[in-house]
Amino acid sequence: METQFPMKQILNEDGVVVNSEFENEMTESLTKELYIKMLRARMFDRKGVNLQRQGRIGTYVPFEGQEAAQVGSSLVLEEGDWMFPTYRDHAATLTYGHSARNLFLYWKGYPIGCVPPEGKNIFPPAVPIASQLLHATGTAWAEKMKGTDRGSIVYFGDGATSEGDFHEGLNFASVFNAPVVFFNQNNGFAISVPMEKQMKTKTIAQKAVAYDIPGVRIDGNDIFVVYFETKKAMEHARQGNGPTLIEAVTYRYGAHTTADDPSKYRDQEEAKRRRETTDPLLRLERYMANKGYFEEAWKTQVEEEITREIEQAVEDMEAFGPAEPTDMFTHVFQTPTWSVQDQLDGFKSRIKEEV
Amino acid sequence: MSTAVKTQKLTMVQAITDAMATMMREHDNVLVLGEDVGRNGGVFRATDGLQAEFGEKRVIDTPLAESGIIGTSIGLAMNGFRPIAEMQFFGFIYPAFNQIMTHASRIRSRTLGHFTVPMVIRAPFGAGVRAPEIHSDSVEALFTHMPGIKVVVPSNAYDAKGLLIASIEDSDPVLFLEPMRCYRSHKLEVPEEKYTVEIGKGARLQEGEDITLIAWGAMVDVVKKAAKEIEQAEGITCDVLDLRTLYPLDRDLISESVQKTGRGVIVHEAPGTGGVGNDVVSLINDTSFLHLRSPIKRVTGHDTPVPMFAIEDHYLPDAERVKQAIVDTVRF
Repeated sequence: METQFPMKQILNEDGVVVNSEFENEMTESLTKELYIKMLRARMFDRKGVNLQRQGRIGTYVPFEGQEAAQVGSSLVLEEGDWMFPTYRDHAATLTYGHSARNLFLYWKGYPIGCVPPEGKNIFPPAVPIASQLLHATGTAWAEKMKGTDRGSIVYFGDGATSEGDFHEGLNFASVFNAPVVFFNQNNGFAISVPMEKQMKTKTIAQKAVAYDIPGVRIDGNDIFVVYFETKKAMEHARQGNGPTLIEAVTYRYGAHTTADDPSKYRDQEEAKRRRETTDPLLRLERYMANKGYFEEAWKTQVEEEITREIEQAVEDMEAFGPAEPTDMFTHVFQTPTWSVQDQLDGFKSRIKEEV
Repeated sequence: MSTAVKTQKLTMVQAITDAMATMMREHDNVLVLGEDVGRNGGVFRATDGLQAEFGEKRVIDTPLAESGIIGTSIGLAMNGFRPIAEMQFFGFIYPAFNQIMTHASRIRSRTLGHFTVPMVIRAPFGAGVRAPEIHSDSVEALFTHMPGIKVVVPSNAYDAKGLLIASIEDSDPVLFLEPMRCYRSHKLEVPEEKYTVEIGKGARLQEGEDITLIAWGAMVDVVKKAAKEIEQAEGITCDVLDLRTLYPLDRDLISESVQKTGRGVIVHEAPGTGGVGNDVVSLINDTSFLHLRSPIKRVTGHDTPVPMFAIEDHYLPDAERVKQAIVDTVRF
């Protein structure tokens, strides 16, 4: 099966083009956009970890190392498409237009952190594993019935493929030819359980065979292959040809969450080696340098702009004020039931007495 | 000059079909989906004829997967449709429990109303039709305990049509439980036109002075029988309430009746422990404690799995058990 689903690559680890299929489209401006968005995601992520360490937000879920998979795949979305992320996919949601402030507020425990900007169909992070694959299928199916050319992309990890909803999501999408891209980030571990204990199959892409849909295995740290293959899959979906399963093989340097100690189950030397070998940003830098359009001064300037944006988001998060406690009552139903209303009234009068 | 309402005599299951057809004719975004709901018309024929009228794109035979049916319905509901998802039996809903519990019921609150899930889950439920094991569960309390979803149970054809239309029109998820024993047990005159029965409002089926009997679903007929027999035998008159909605409960109806009679018996076929009857007792304590002349009694199924049908009659409350509870309560 590994030979039937070889890992596609455009840029190798040294930043050298090994597949010229999309070379004409690999313009300087696209390359720089991809680089900037990856850098922005990485800096956002590092800020998230730091904020957690400083106690300014709660537990945070880092994704450093997975920027190419998330940025490359989300950049192909168009206005009106649907995105279903997990709790690790801020690079994707940020790229598609979620506000950095709300993403930080999410990890500060604010309900508003789940609310995307108006007009952006970004669903809150899926917490139960694989359940979101069905929502992506449902919204995509709805777009198909409405006759639009919009679709859904849904993110999930390698562990999610063991869940029943992975099968049900792919099966429903296949049967109803729903315009969905199932985007798997295979980072090798479901918390502490390595892929070989998660499944007997050597690839995740091969599971597509069971649904008679395209299955594509790509180097998830090569942003060009991620971008062009996801674009192809979305176009395939938009043209009414149904879903695609993409397996992006990637690697996360850090812990599962900031509450986790990966040294218990993972070789820490590997993370160090990976920073030098498969890192998505370094690889693109090498490519850009080869092409003659990577300069440190430019990078510094980009970093300064991103720093300002992220600092502003942090400032906005911290200036947001206390979360509105009555939110927990007012959005359970469109019109509160008597029990919810009674509890809200009681809550308000207790708050008043305390003041 | 009033226009006479045209009616037709329907069984409860026919009224349910009629409700879906009525709403599908009026709204293109109403869909029916589930296992065997299309060509076969559903295992109880509740969707009979709908696919012939509305086509395969609106009455959809899905793969056999309860989580898949509910999970995709959530996506459809968030994106402009009003899906009516059928579970073949309530006892088969457990694979979909995660989708209902962690998503359908809380997408509105998680997103502060940005995304909503206006969907209906229909499920035949309850014992007494000689179904094989696992088919007869009555676990409504699992869902009344879940914030963000309403739970509706009709007991007759008229209510079924009006409540189902109200459920389809509701902006939030509604679990619509259909007592299998009532599907074809009697017929009622049902208006041909669209009408609604308000969710959250129970019905007083009979006026009485001595005690309030509270039931829903198939137990309504059991309670009515008990009320009739106890009046003839003992002269005890009963206020009989059909709750029709289990979440939210009709607080006003329950408390007004119990304050009048000073006594109450709640009858449900679900196991007693953790059952909805306990919430009704609690509501009565909160609203009517000083009016009570005796403790509120419950007559329920046992704290056992619903047994195989050779012994299910021993599981289900019957009129004899209800009458005994009435006598015990009135003579307390």
